Amino acid sequence: MAEQRVIVVGGGLAGLAASVRIAEAGVPVDLFSMCPVKRSHSVCAQGGINACNEVARQQGYSEYQHFDETIYGGDYLADQAPVLEMANWAPRIIDLLDRMGVPFNRTNEGRRDLRLFGGSLFKRTHFAGATTGQQLLYALDEQTRRHEDDGKITKYEWWEFLWPVLEGEGSDARCVGIVAQDMRTMQIRAFRGAAVVMATGGNGLIFGQSTNSVICTGGAASRCYQAGAWYGNAEMIQVHPTAIPGADKCRLMSESARGEGGRVWVPRKAGDARTPKSIPDAERWYFLEERYPKYGNLVPRDIATREIFDVCVNEKMGVGGGNMVYLDLTHKDPDYLTRKLGGIMDIYEKFAGDDPRFTPMKIFPAVHYTMGGMWTTYAPGSYTPATPHGEHKPGMVPPVDTEVGRGMAYGDPRNMSTNIPGLYAFGEVNFAYHGATRLGANALLSCIFDGLFCGVGVVNHVNDAGIKPVEDVPQSVYDAVVRQEEAKCERLIASAGTGDGPAHNAYIIGKEMGEVMTSASTVVKTEKGLENCLGKLDELRNRYANVSLSDTATWTNQALSYARAVGDMLVLAEAIAKAGLLRKESRGSHYRTDYQDRDDENFWRASVSRFNPQTGKADVSFEEVKAGLVEPRARTYGKQANEDKSENKQEVAASAS
Amino acid sequence: MTTATATPPPTAGKAMRTVHFRIKRCDGPGKPSRWESFNVPIPANSNVISCLQWIAANPTTADGKATTPVVWESSCLEEVCGACTMVINGKVRQSCSCLIDEYAPNDGDTVTLEPMSKFPVIRDLWVDRTRMFAALKRVKAWVPIDGTYSLGAGPMEGPRASETRYKLSECMTCGCCMEACPQYHLQADPAGWETSFIGAAPISQARLFNDHGTGKQLKSERLEALMGPGGINDCGNAQNCVQVCPKEIPLTESIGAIGRAATVEAFRRFFMAK
Ligand SMILES: Cc1cc2nc3c(=O)[nH]c(=O)nc-3n(C[C@H](O)[C@H](O)[C@H](O)COP(=O)(O)OP(=O)(O)OC[C@H]3O[C@@H](n4cnc5c(N)ncnc54)[C@H](O)[C@@H]3O)c2cc1C
Ligand code: SF4
Ligand code: SF4
Ligand code: FES
Repeated sequence: MAEQRVIVVGGGLAGLAASVRIAEAGVPVDLFSMCPVKRSHSVCAQGGINACNEVARQQGYSEYQHFDETIYGGDYLADQAPVLEMANWAPRIIDLLDRMGVPFNRTNEGRRDLRLFGGSLFKRTHFAGATTGQQLLYALDEQTRRHEDDGKITKYEWWEFLWPVLEGEGSDARCVGIVAQDMRTMQIRAFRGAAVVMATGGNGLIFGQSTNSVICTGGAASRCYQAGAWYGNAEMIQVHPTAIPGADKCRLMSESARGEGGRVWVPRKAGDARTPKSIPDAERWYFLEERYPKYGNLVPRDIATREIFDVCVNEKMGVGGGNMVYLDLTHKDPDYLTRKLGGIMDIYEKFAGDDPRFTPMKIFPAVHYTMGGMWTTYAPGSYTPATPHGEHKPGMVPPVDTEVGRGMAYGDPRNMSTNIPGLYAFGEVNFAYHGATRLGANALLSCIFDGLFCGVGVVNHVNDAGIKPVEDVPQSVYDAVVRQEEAKCERLIASAGTGDGPAHNAYIIGKEMGEVMTSASTVVKTEKGLENCLGKLDELRNRYANVSLSDTATWTNQALSYARAVGDMLVLAEAIAKAGLLRKESRGSHYRTDYQDRDDENFWRASVSRFNPQTGKADVSFEEVKAGLVEPRARTYGKQANEDKSENKQEVAASAS
Repeated sequence: MTTATATPPPTAGKAMRTVHFRIKRCDGPGKPSRWESFNVPIPANSNVISCLQWIAANPTTADGKATTPVVWESSCLEEVCGACTMVINGKVRQSCSCLIDEYAPNDGDTVTLEPMSKFPVIRDLWVDRTRMFAALKRVKAWVPIDGTYSLGAGPMEGPRASETRYKLSECMTCGCCMEACPQYHLQADPAGWETSFIGAAPISQARLFNDHGTGKQLKSERLEALMGPGGINDCGNAQNCVQVCPKEIPLTESIGAIGRAATVEAFRRFFMAK
């Protein structure tokens, strides 16, 4: 058998962790990214990464509780076993990152410092200032460079993935490589790979302005979906409660601002024109603390977002009557803030002009994270309790010991495989861990976990002697996909100068898609809104059929790349809106005003979108969630009616220190 | 209420002002450069990237001629990835954090955009900084770990030491320090990279890894790379680098530290050789 190579598409945390793990096992890796990998979107992550740790453990926390919080946070929509495995691995992942040299914040004694984050009453978030993602990405980038220096990893930076190459039809299809394009020379070519790992991140750009990087179009995932890969829980999109609105993107104010004591408020008097500092405490409405005395400002994101939305849009209590609330850190010591949150303090000052150490920040929710994504499967591990457990409370003995290998079977080639053998999905691009809402600081964990844990399964897939080697796949299989993609480019180039101005301008179509998706398919959804949204998407797709390019260059044509992505984003947007329309309940981030309750009877199921080549649209079905470890319970986070607010306050203060 | 969007509308009421953009364009390597101008309307919170996005959607020059969208590189849009670096009104910086209200506060003000001059242009404002990543290989900017298996925690480190490393580790390989450095020159041919001045950022990265408990295993190899041609001796100590670094990395301090370590290393080698 000739040398088997693995293709990794995406150089964020998931792609780099996978590349390093696979290369270390002796299998050479071809790594593709639309940007130098060190500039991938993961660099934006601010707040931190979760893992059980010795201090929390002695306060009654455990890996099992981390698992329980993640499932509860995600409103029971995630399959449970992979989440358990991830929580079990988290402490080892932190140790590994530490060995790689990540400058985690330290205590006086030289141990890793911890902070509080949403959805937990324990300090279990590890961090490096307020640029944790940057520091983790750099550590993995450095290890990748080391393997590149040894010749085990070959980078294709500024190459865009265009389409997976499949051999065989329907359920017999398997993935044998990809077709990609050099974004400078515009050369299109095929690459053979014994396995392909998609690690291409989220799709925030479908919503226009989001907290995501400009590369996060979801285009790559959409292309796999159109080629036959299933797409899970498309409707589950996280809107982060605290961002600074901007003309080009919404810049995130990390949850760590609240973890470090930030308080959200508006003036009690609507339209109060005084400067925030001159409004006395008694005349401020700390609505999250009032409504959620137990978790306060640290309720999960979907809840905080809806409350802010409610206060501004329904009650018209936003700052200055607009869509804006205060996020206030001015009661904290400025030096402390610089040390713990310097990165985001700088971002606010740079982009909003005020120093948040002395002036409360003005923030509003923005689209942030893609919980849904490429559908993936896994091989269950050995842990299967006779009956599912109830709530895991602090101090309880975990029902499972913390050995690795209990949730998923280590090294199994099925782990995070899509429905197409040989095609894997790691990191934000899959739908596996976060259900209907992601808890803060769990994404970095899931990305690195996928790379390290599931990377081993990829190696075993590649070494499986029972699978026909890719070098035996006829060249014609690859050539056909190259021709398909060349034809697309030729069609787009030929479109220049045709079309009717704005109606067929890809940028305008993209902008209109963002507007309709944000208004109909994010914080508040209704049947009517989503139906209108699908109608608008149809209109945009019709206009897109005659899209006209403004650049015919055969060298470094960014307009072409963007226009092509807009077509793929429209396809994925349809699945997002349709799955949202069909899910007639409210669960986690998915909130329907016409179906306000969770409906476990009918919708404790994952939505699975399959692309129908005849209609060009999604066929959506609802399929069983593989639960079995914990029992669903009401997800209230102790929400209070207006009386008896201060329950639990004491208890929380004691256990959260 | 379902029509409310997650972003508030731009400040209503105020008439939108216009800013004049002069952009140095180039169709590709070896092609001549030319200037093009655009009049761009400026809503609240505009920055250079939002203006370039507007031009991409409306590619017509100030004198009404149809042209192609301007090409540039960007990713994070929050000054943390380094991609969007360019020369704005003569000064190198990130374009995503360049606010129009600060740079061009009045109606009709001009903003000039040029690509960095120390790296080969790919097209328009997009340059190829591969040489910077190659330099990170040259100084072995990594911790030589024993592999990704579970082997416990890394070395303990006090808060002062970790804060120092954190500062150095914020370098986003943007190239501002090279653009401003009188000793760093355009070198399009990779064959010349090994012997041309390496620039401040990789020297500072060498310090970062020399200061790590495990990273220091490669200290003498890093110093060797920096003691040869194109290394630390080529630095003329002009200190331009530290003034333009957007992350305020103490580059001259790093250059000094590596210089001293190199001297010690030279002595060590001299006496070991005897
Ligand atoms: C502002 C912000 C702050 C965050 N903070 C936190 C936090 O504190 N804690 C936490 O846990 N999570 C956080 N998150 C979430 C987390 O950062 C992401 O989920 C995670 O980084 C995603 O990593 P990834 O490896 O899956 O993908 P990405 O980092 O998005 O990387 C995607 C890669 O795919 C490549 N790619 C994409 N399309 C193509 C294509 N067509 N062809 C070739 N390559 C392609 C890109 O070039 C890139 O290399 C934050 C997110 C944002 C937006
Ligand atoms: S101090 Fe050295 S590296 Fe910095 S600008 Fe001057 S010559 Fe360049
Ligand atoms: S040292 Fe500063 S200026 Fe130089 S590349 Fe790094 S961040 Fe940019
Ligand atoms: S786009 Fe990342 S620094 Fe400007």
